[in-house]
Amino acid sequence: MLIVLASLLSGLVFGLGLIVSGMANPAKVLGFLDLAGHWDPSLAFVMAGAIAVGTVAFMVANRRAASLLGAPMRLPSSRLIDRRLVGGSLLFGVGWGIAGFCPGPALVSLGMGEVKAVVFIAAMLAGMALFELLELRRRAPASRTA
Amino acid sequence: MTIDWNHFTPLAALGGGVLIGIAAAMFVLLNGRIAGISGVLGGLLRPVAGDVAWRVAFVLGLIGAPLAYAVFAAVPAPRIDAGYGALVLAGLLVGAGTRYGAGCTSGHGVCGLSRLSPRSLVATAAFMGAGFVTVFVIRHLLGI
Repeated sequence: MLIVLASLLSGLVFGLGLIVSGMANPAKVLGFLDLAGHWDPSLAFVMAGAIAVGTVAFMVANRRAASLLGAPMRLPSSRLIDRRLVGGSLLFGVGWGIAGFCPGPALVSLGMGEVKAVVFIAAMLAGMALFELLELRRRAPASRTA
Repeated sequence: MTIDWNHFTPLAALGGGVLIGIAAAMFVLLNGRIAGISGVLGGLLRPVAGDVAWRVAFVLGLIGAPLAYAVFAAVPAPRIDAGYGALVLAGLLVGAGTRYGAGCTSGHGVCGLSRLSPRSLVATAAFMGAGFVTVFVIRHLLGI
């Protein structure tokens, strides 16, 4: 139960950070991605602020086997840099550059009652579902060989 | 390149970034997990018993943030210039891309770079690079 409450609070603070920083606004994100136009460096400052705090938090987390609420520390250990990682991230970047939305700001905009955020999120969930389907198909032949 | 001084908001950006860092810190120190929004959301499409409630709660927190913000000040309205066709295409690419790449701006960009993860460094360089190129093509080559 406490874990669920902590998740709600983390999501809330994360969303507040996105609003305060201006990153819930796609026009501002695109202003950062438009290096060749009138460039708005704000997003770099958001990253700097977040990473400054995050670095300390993960230094502490790395030394612990369990969280403060007793949950196991689930930190990714993979160091594999493959085509999925790079190809997926490139696709994400193209989509990010088209609309200026990444998943967090889209959810926050949904909370602002933006119809366009509903459309984006429906398509994003469809994209995620497509990934799940293709993953099932990729794994299925091995288990269906009999 | 010229700096857009009219829209550049370094203090708000830094302050909001610190809040995002605090959220990621809370999430890892209390729950032992990476605050990666695409992963949290994507996990709901392949639900596992006992693994749903915290995901839903995190997503609801994000969606509820404007409501909480409105208690203190008027919520700034986002400007979404993309048309519906572009939004659908962008959504599909962001959804599939973040799942294949195992992360987005939060999981790779904020948490991964904070952990000095080489995977996240490569992923962040890839999606930022692709974002720069995409906006360049749309705004300066196609002139849209």
